[in-house]
Amino acid sequence: MSNEHPVPSEQTAEQQSRRRWMSVLSKADFPDLDALWGNLPSKPAWTVVRPPEIGMVMVRGRAGGSGGRFNLGEMTVTRCAVQLDDGALGFGYVMGRNKPHAELAAVVDAMMQTPSRRDTLERVLIAPLSLRHDARTDQRGRKAASTKVEFFTVVRGS
Amino acid sequence: MTQTVGIRPGFSDPVMGAQRSFRAVLDAMSRPGVIRSTSTGNPPPVPLSEATAAICLGLVDHDTPLWLAPAFDRPEVTAFLRFHCGCAIIDRPADAAFAITTGADLPPLGDFALGDDAYPEHSTTVIVQVDGLGTDGGLTLSGPGIETTHRLTVEGVRAGLWDDWAANRELFPRGVDLILVHGAKLAALPRTVAVDTPKED
Amino acid sequence: MYVAVKGGEQAIENSQKLLAEERRGDTGVPELSLDQIREQMALAVDRVMTEGSLYDPELAALAIKQACGDLQEAIFLLRAYRTTLPRFGVSEPIDTGHMAIRRRISATYKDLPGGQVLGPSFDYTHRLLDFALAAGDTRPVADIAEQAVDSGMPRVTDILNHEGLVEVEEPESDDTPVFDLTRESPRYPADRPARLQNLARGDEGFLLALGYSTQRGFGNNHPFAGEIRLGEVAVEFAPEELGFPIEIGEITVTECQMINQFKGSASQPPQFTRGYGLTFGHCERKAMSMALVDRALRAEEFGEPVEAPAQDEEFVMAHSDNVEASGFVQHLKLPHYVDFQAELVTVRALRKQAFAAAEVNPVSDAAE
Repeated sequence: MSNEHPVPSEQTAEQQSRRRWMSVLSKADFPDLDALWGNLPSKPAWTVVRPPEIGMVMVRGRAGGSGGRFNLGEMTVTRCAVQLDDGALGFGYVMGRNKPHAELAAVVDAMMQTPSRRDTLERVLIAPLSLRHDARTDQRGRKAASTKVEFFTVVRGS
Repeated sequence: MTQTVGIRPGFSDPVMGAQRSFRAVLDAMSRPGVIRSTSTGNPPPVPLSEATAAICLGLVDHDTPLWLAPAFDRPEVTAFLRFHCGCAIIDRPADAAFAITTGADLPPLGDFALGDDAYPEHSTTVIVQVDGLGTDGGLTLSGPGIETTHRLTVEGVRAGLWDDWAANRELFPRGVDLILVHGAKLAALPRTVAVDTPKED
Repeated sequence: MYVAVKGGEQAIENSQKLLAEERRGDTGVPELSLDQIREQMALAVDRVMTEGSLYDPELAALAIKQACGDLQEAIFLLRAYRTTLPRFGVSEPIDTGHMAIRRRISATYKDLPGGQVLGPSFDYTHRLLDFALAAGDTRPVADIAEQAVDSGMPRVTDILNHEGLVEVEEPESDDTPVFDLTRESPRYPADRPARLQNLARGDEGFLLALGYSTQRGFGNNHPFAGEIRLGEVAVEFAPEELGFPIEIGEITVTECQMINQFKGSASQPPQFTRGYGLTFGHCERKAMSMALVDRALRAEEFGEPVEAPAQDEEFVMAHSDNVEASGFVQHLKLPHYVDFQAELVTVRALRKQAFAAAEVNPVSDAAE
């Protein structure tokens, strides 16, 4: 039996920004995240609501890229949930099997929900991680671009 | 959007808790009508009983969609179950692998998934919270897992349930299984068990 | 009579010790690290992830090391490991139209929007052994263009769609359950999602041979490689407790869109039909073979005769999995002492009968 997750068509602006920072946190290289975290001047206390746990998510594709859904295969994912003393609940869902990564992602997710902390965190942590990710993607994309074929037509006869 | 809906803790000991809960249900299903008990070690959100919470945390997961009777469809309950079980909470009992209801609100058994002859296990396991469970009388149970007969008292189930149960049994190998729950206590009625009610004369 | 046989415990233990020693090889040679396998045997890692049906490069590298480089054994190890993990849920379908592209080619259009991007490929190598690699310590450097490739490159099939020349792949309703062969046993006739999942984890060699057979006339369907693309896509997942999807990471995938000629039928005008291949990592040969076989298995849907092995879904699906196939072939190594004794008795009895009959009715032989 399979169950579906209806994706809400209208997401609040708050949800959109949360999706963005959670995405940056999960796609970050852990050493980068860890180093930036280490530089933070003040860190809140948190309780682990769900200890980091390794599991899988079934990755789906679509036939022809746009048609009916099918199950491609699974990927390993580590998740964690933490709660700050002010009650904010943070979640980390991170590809792979790195437990500290999932826990840090959850803590930062919880902290980002506190408006007074958000701007600073965005500046010193989220934005730099996002830039590094974009730079890696750009680097790969530019190497690929160097292999783009430039066709030229040989004129025959005259 | 700070998530401040407190999510109550699940098993105090996740590994052993899940195994104890599984064992309690397995024993109860193997010996229909015998009363077992289980809990998560933490108080569940109202109106889930201790046994209901432990059964759900032990057995319900992403692969088993859950249906809730209206009395259970409350934010604390759905947040608790989604967080700990990762299950989808669905609208139609016929699509459910598990269901939670009270004895009074129990829908007609035919509304649930009944499985088919090739895959009879694709039916709903219904957790029914009742007002009391005892072994001192009331119903007489017989069937696989019971040497002769077994006595069970069930309080607070809707009228007509036992006629409905007899019809469910006729569907074998299809049909739903019930887990009756009161507080931390549970007793199971697998689809194979025959229930005789006392004659009203 | 049945005689229980015990023993071999010590021999088995020593066999495993010997395997461990041979796996390590000459200890004068540095031991392989998982990083080395992941970085320098990347295509083996990708194959193991695809057929092992679990995206995790570190685990695939470990499996390859443990299996001494036997990829089918490594696939088996990864499949076994995945059964020990809980499943948190199912992702949103990945969007291969939004891919950080590293390679993208089309054999149907020279000048397609976004261009032909060759990426890393063996295609233009001369297949001559490179002894510079044997010397080691190479640090090759790729060229870097000013501008990255466009991540929103249209798919070739979408370009053809505008003219109605190719069948349209429409998403079904979100309520339609998606078959999952890790949860249910296949039922025939199977639907396309079931077939695609089976092919995605299927053995590359088996699918390659079947795809090749269609090209050689056993169920030919006139394929063109409409597009092959390789790159990174984001995976989105909606945890139940959040109720909205979040990106949980990026995976590398290879996608192949085959475009096939179709003469049309009573209900459909002549147009191109499609076969689809999708794999984890860079598995181009596998993605192409998958697309050929996917199209071949759609024969019935298009009213084509089902005559060739590649068009027979039960034949293909029941034999594509190399973990199953390897298990059943290799189980022949297990003791069959009693079975064989029974066969011996039967064959002796049959021979006795045959000789007795020959004495009564001697066969006249031309040589006599």
